[in-house]
Amino acid sequence: MKVKCRTISRGCAEGQVLITHDPISFLGNVDPKTGKVVDANHELFGQSIKDKVLVFPHGKGSTVGSYVIYQLFKNGAAPAAMINLESEPIVAVGAIISAIPLVDRLENDPYSFLSNGMFIKVNSSEGYVEVPEG
Amino acid sequence: MYLTKEEQAMLDGEEGETLRKAIEILVALGDIYGADRLIPVKSAQIAGVSYKTIGDAGLEWISDLHGKVRIPSILNPAGMDLQDWKKMRIDPEFAHKQQLIIEAYEKLGISAKCTCTPYYLEGFSATYGDHLAWSESSAVSYANSVIGARTNREGGPSALSAALVGKTANYGYHLDEMRKPTVSVTVECELEGSDYGALGYIIGKMVGSGVPLFTLKGKPDNEELKSLGAAMAASGAVALYHVEGVTPEARKNKFAMPKEDIVIEKSQIREIYDRTKPDINDLDIITIGCPHCSPAELSLIAGSLEGRTVNKEVWICTSREVANKHPELVRSIEKSGAKVVCDTCMVVSPATERYKTMMVNSGKALAYVPGMCGVPTLFADIYKCIREAVKE
Repeated sequence: MKVKCRTISRGCAEGQVLITHDPISFLGNVDPKTGKVVDANHELFGQSIKDKVLVFPHGKGSTVGSYVIYQLFKNGAAPAAMINLESEPIVAVGAIISAIPLVDRLENDPYSFLSNGMFIKVNSSEGYVEVPEG
Repeated sequence: MYLTKEEQAMLDGEEGETLRKAIEILVALGDIYGADRLIPVKSAQIAGVSYKTIGDAGLEWISDLHGKVRIPSILNPAGMDLQDWKKMRIDPEFAHKQQLIIEAYEKLGISAKCTCTPYYLEGFSATYGDHLAWSESSAVSYANSVIGARTNREGGPSALSAALVGKTANYGYHLDEMRKPTVSVTVECELEGSDYGALGYIIGKMVGSGVPLFTLKGKPDNEELKSLGAAMAASGAVALYHVEGVTPEARKNKFAMPKEDIVIEKSQIREIYDRTKPDINDLDIITIGCPHCSPAELSLIAGSLEGRTVNKEVWICTSREVANKHPELVRSIEKSGAKVVCDTCMVVSPATERYKTMMVNSGKALAYVPGMCGVPTLFADIYKCIREAVKE
């Protein structure tokens, strides 16, 4: 099944879904060395975003978050791709400078058909998210 | 978003990887905010300079870029005085990294003028109606409000992208409809000097990212407007304000009075000065120049310090260009033992962190220093700052 979406950062990648309803502040919530979520109050506390297709509503917090995403990328600890309900500049800029595909505004609510561990493809260059049938 | 043929080619990578990423950032921001197209900008002022803020990740990113900016571009304040960092007792390792960041920006054709007051620089003037891509929140406020130019508060990478492409996305404060006042503020007392910083500190917290329209008793000068805007951008996220009969857009347009009206009385302004915490007996540093001092402010400080000696650490922050143009004022201030510090400020330099208590005359510094530097902060007018500085 292909679901249309809006392109924010171009690219194409695959990975396992890691999904949260909490917004993410990359500065403070995530360890740039390991990709682990270190904020005890975050739904993803203790889990690693490395190589995942990270699904979250939107970013928040300091604009330095863009550089933290770049740091994750340089350390090999970045997500493979990201899906937002509605992207904002911090995550958008971080994704672009780190060549991480980022999309938002999926034509179906991502929380209705994505769940943790699903293996999916994000083709941002062509504007779709692909989920295996069945 | 509509792109010209040239812009589309750039986005397809025909002009190299740096420009491809730069325009991709501009297009993504344009899409997020519903821009119709890219528009040319006259100049860029780029944030993301202090090593304290951007760290190794930021340094690596800037070092990986290639090419040259297409419009006059300068930088936000750095983490130290770039020439005389030793007088601030900066760690040599920090100084080295800071220099590398500056060199990486210079390689891209960006001038290493590090200031939050670009409007004082020669050859960098903005005029009414100009479109700009500036970053630093007080500079953005001044450009929009006092000059009547048009800029959003660009993040570091987006301002740098605008500098490389020579354009930015047409949204937010570039558009007429976004520049209308959303809240009215009536001030019932006369204000002077740092009172404007106190007012901004109060209003920023109340209006968030709104566009206030002020009705004031007196006519503030440009330095007072600078303090007002800087404080509102720090305690809130105000990027544009108007003052009835004073700022250019309020003089040109007959704005409809917004429904929401905030009234400010003298007692609320006094409260900012009268806080008894932290204890003034712990005061060990006084800083003036947030935003960076104008020549007129340097002159006032030099006059107040004439023939006197300071007995505490005193920093007077300004841009190197303004300092270089007024060597007699710098000499006169430094004769008292106060330090004229260029390229940096009390907020972005790590050198601030070793002090116990700071005194400032800036509403912006009052909003940032306690949280960002961990230094408890007292607010006073410039005369009290000087009196405390020279106290035995």
